[in-house]
Amino acid sequence: MTDRNDIQAFLDRYLLTVTKPGRYVGGEYNQIRKNWEQTELRFAFAFPDIYDIGLPNLGMAILYDQVNQRADALAERVYAPWEDMEALMRAHNVPLFSLESKQPLKNFDVIGFSLPYETLYTNMLNMLDLSGIPLHSSERGNEDPLILAGGHACFNPEPMHAFIDAFVIGEGEEIVHEVAEAVKAHKSAGTSRLELLSALDAIPGMYVPAFFDVTYHEDGLIKEIRNTPNPEKTFVQKRIVKKLPKPVTNFLVPNVKAVNERAVIEIMRGCSRGCRFCQAGMITRPVRERPASEILEALQQAITNTGYEEVSLLSLSSSDHSQIAELIPQVMQLSESRDVSFSLPSLRVESFGPELIASMAGKRKGNFTIAPEAGSDTMRARINKSIDSQDILATATQIFKMGWTNLKLYFMIGFPDETIEDVQGIVDLTRQVRALGKKMVGGRVKVHVSVNTLIPKAHTAFQWLGFSEKEAILEKYRLIQNGLKNTGIKLDWPDYDNSMLEVWLSRGDRRLSAVIEAAWRAGARFDAWHEYFKVAIWEKAFDDEGLDPRFYSTRARCTDEILPWDHIHTGVSKKYLLNELKKSRMLETTADCRQVCHGCGIQANYAISCEKIRSEVA
Amino acid sequence: MRMRVTYQKDGALLYTSTLDVQTLWERSVRRAGLKLQYSQGFHPQPRIQIANPLPLGILGESELIDIWLIEEEKPAEIVRRLNKALPEGMLVTQVELVEENGPSLPKQIDASEYRVDLLNGTETVEKLQKTAAEMLSKATLPRVRNRKAYDLRPLIQDLTVQENTNGNPAIYLKMPSNSSQTGRPEEVMAELGIPLEDFRVTRTRLIFAEKYA
Repeated sequence: MTDRNDIQAFLDRYLLTVTKPGRYVGGEYNQIRKNWEQTELRFAFAFPDIYDIGLPNLGMAILYDQVNQRADALAERVYAPWEDMEALMRAHNVPLFSLESKQPLKNFDVIGFSLPYETLYTNMLNMLDLSGIPLHSSERGNEDPLILAGGHACFNPEPMHAFIDAFVIGEGEEIVHEVAEAVKAHKSAGTSRLELLSALDAIPGMYVPAFFDVTYHEDGLIKEIRNTPNPEKTFVQKRIVKKLPKPVTNFLVPNVKAVNERAVIEIMRGCSRGCRFCQAGMITRPVRERPASEILEALQQAITNTGYEEVSLLSLSSSDHSQIAELIPQVMQLSESRDVSFSLPSLRVESFGPELIASMAGKRKGNFTIAPEAGSDTMRARINKSIDSQDILATATQIFKMGWTNLKLYFMIGFPDETIEDVQGIVDLTRQVRALGKKMVGGRVKVHVSVNTLIPKAHTAFQWLGFSEKEAILEKYRLIQNGLKNTGIKLDWPDYDNSMLEVWLSRGDRRLSAVIEAAWRAGARFDAWHEYFKVAIWEKAFDDEGLDPRFYSTRARCTDEILPWDHIHTGVSKKYLLNELKKSRMLETTADCRQVCHGCGIQANYAISCEKIRSEVA
Repeated sequence: MRMRVTYQKDGALLYTSTLDVQTLWERSVRRAGLKLQYSQGFHPQPRIQIANPLPLGILGESELIDIWLIEEEKPAEIVRRLNKALPEGMLVTQVELVEENGPSLPKQIDASEYRVDLLNGTETVEKLQKTAAEMLSKATLPRVRNRKAYDLRPLIQDLTVQENTNGNPAIYLKMPSNSSQTGRPEEVMAELGIPLEDFRVTRTRLIFAEKYA
């Protein structure tokens, strides 16, 4: 069964027997459905989790919009089916299909997988399998779609190298058109698959793993990473767009419930803060702001186009936007006049003062979130979070004063050279905040603390560190738990093994491909869902492949070791990261680079001026 | 102003629940550039009232919803604007003004008429008539739904079997849809031994209680 009519008939007949069938039919307001037969290039964008999670993804929305703007191309969507739907599809031999045209994925020219985080990998394999597309890139021929992937997880593409024909490293808005042109040329000239891959390899920012060869020393460390057809090409540098294009405002509005149903406008890309644990902050440099006028206009359009009852501004650090003080009152006014609520995540204690907090105090007050990240001033210096406990308490005072009652605090543990005092600091600070709130707003105060475990990610100053041992982490969590007992403070922390999976997959090398495949064959799916993740499957997969999981997780890396992702360049130099690691050990902080350039490499590698590019108008 | 909207729920909206239809209306009204009235209080809610829940899995040919707007507008203009703003599958057929403070719409509804189309191609009108007659001849039809026992028989106010406009067999049902009783067509089909994948239910009409008719 491979015809779209068969798929439609299958849905008409059986779809009511699965949970939340609306996930599989599309038909959302703002959906774009083009004529299949008359459109030359066919892209499918795939999100490897269920519809509810994938629909709000902004990266997908941007690419869907970019491709559908082309007269010669169409873009459709597909998400991972939930287990009951997967079973039904397998029972009826129905292949994975797109929501718009109900076309089997195999009929598309390009399938672009969105991989924002690593725990989606097994679902991606499952989606290829459900599509009847060969799992391994090396087994695919001209009759198969081109399998691409992009998103933050792809900054270490190696664990998925066996399954993906080419990775997009960095931002997709421009590169997607270059890919489209390459595929179009390949189709009309009837060139071979290899020639297509070569054409992709020539596009800056595209990484074709088949053209790179990795060799290992006997101890398992990497000996060499080499581009075989073209030895001069020693690395792939991420793609950036120098000017942010006009934001998407015609978001899909689902007919069944999804998470985060709202219109989101990205106000700024990149971050100048330089927190040493933060991968997003490093890989999204340089900072580019959208002007306030463009943001307001986009919000108005988005409300009109979607009818959503909530709007949100997105960035890594909203309060660092240079026009934030004039922007917020205008957004508040807009949201009141259009009867929509407004949320502004990612505010920083460093940059939002009492005026900003006051300007946000509208009719509806939800949660207010602040992220001290660490419990002590010492540890905050180590991670380059240059605020002290007094700043945090002063901010909390302002928040309670303006009438908020629910405050959420984000922390992390597992930092280098972490002492018991640092962890106790989380308890003390949280209790102080709660006491403040009690005094100011009384019994209605609610303090919620979330404590994550540091994952030393690729391309950060902490990339050489080992992941903390389980016992040490559990002991620290027990300390926090005991310290917050009977205080009315809500505490949550992640499962250690779940974080461990993220560590393996984000720090792994090419040998992880076999582990991921083995885990998927043994039934691993939906690893991002705590109730579905089974660590035993993964441990066995490592064992079967003769690999030691600790080699990838708790082992600290030597600073002269070739890291699996060394040939993927973010524009921030390894030298800069290493210097940041050294400064961390000496408790030295690095100021926001808007004040002074620290020579991270971005300006030199992209031949740009950060100051100029920051506020250039699209 | 309070308006009563008659609409069809068709196509892929078969898979959308009443709760999600409520949200869909709020968003469609905003997209149409019409301003909704909101309730007072800490969590303002839009003043929208669906006549009677239409569960996921049932299509509607003539559904009703009351919507309160802040500004006056001509019904024909509202129909035009809503139909541009509604997702595929939703179509407004009529808008009429009703008394702002009249009785609540859900309270006025008493029963529903349904058409159940058979999809498997093996059923015939004669065969269905026979099994239906057998079912209806029983004094009680004890069933369990959500772990609660109840008698389905009195909820079948009317049942006929005949060909639909496509010439396929269909069952026409009338069942209560009011605050004390709700009849469910899929329960009747289960009693007839016809599996879910073999039929499609459409509500064809909402029937007002006599005092409001």
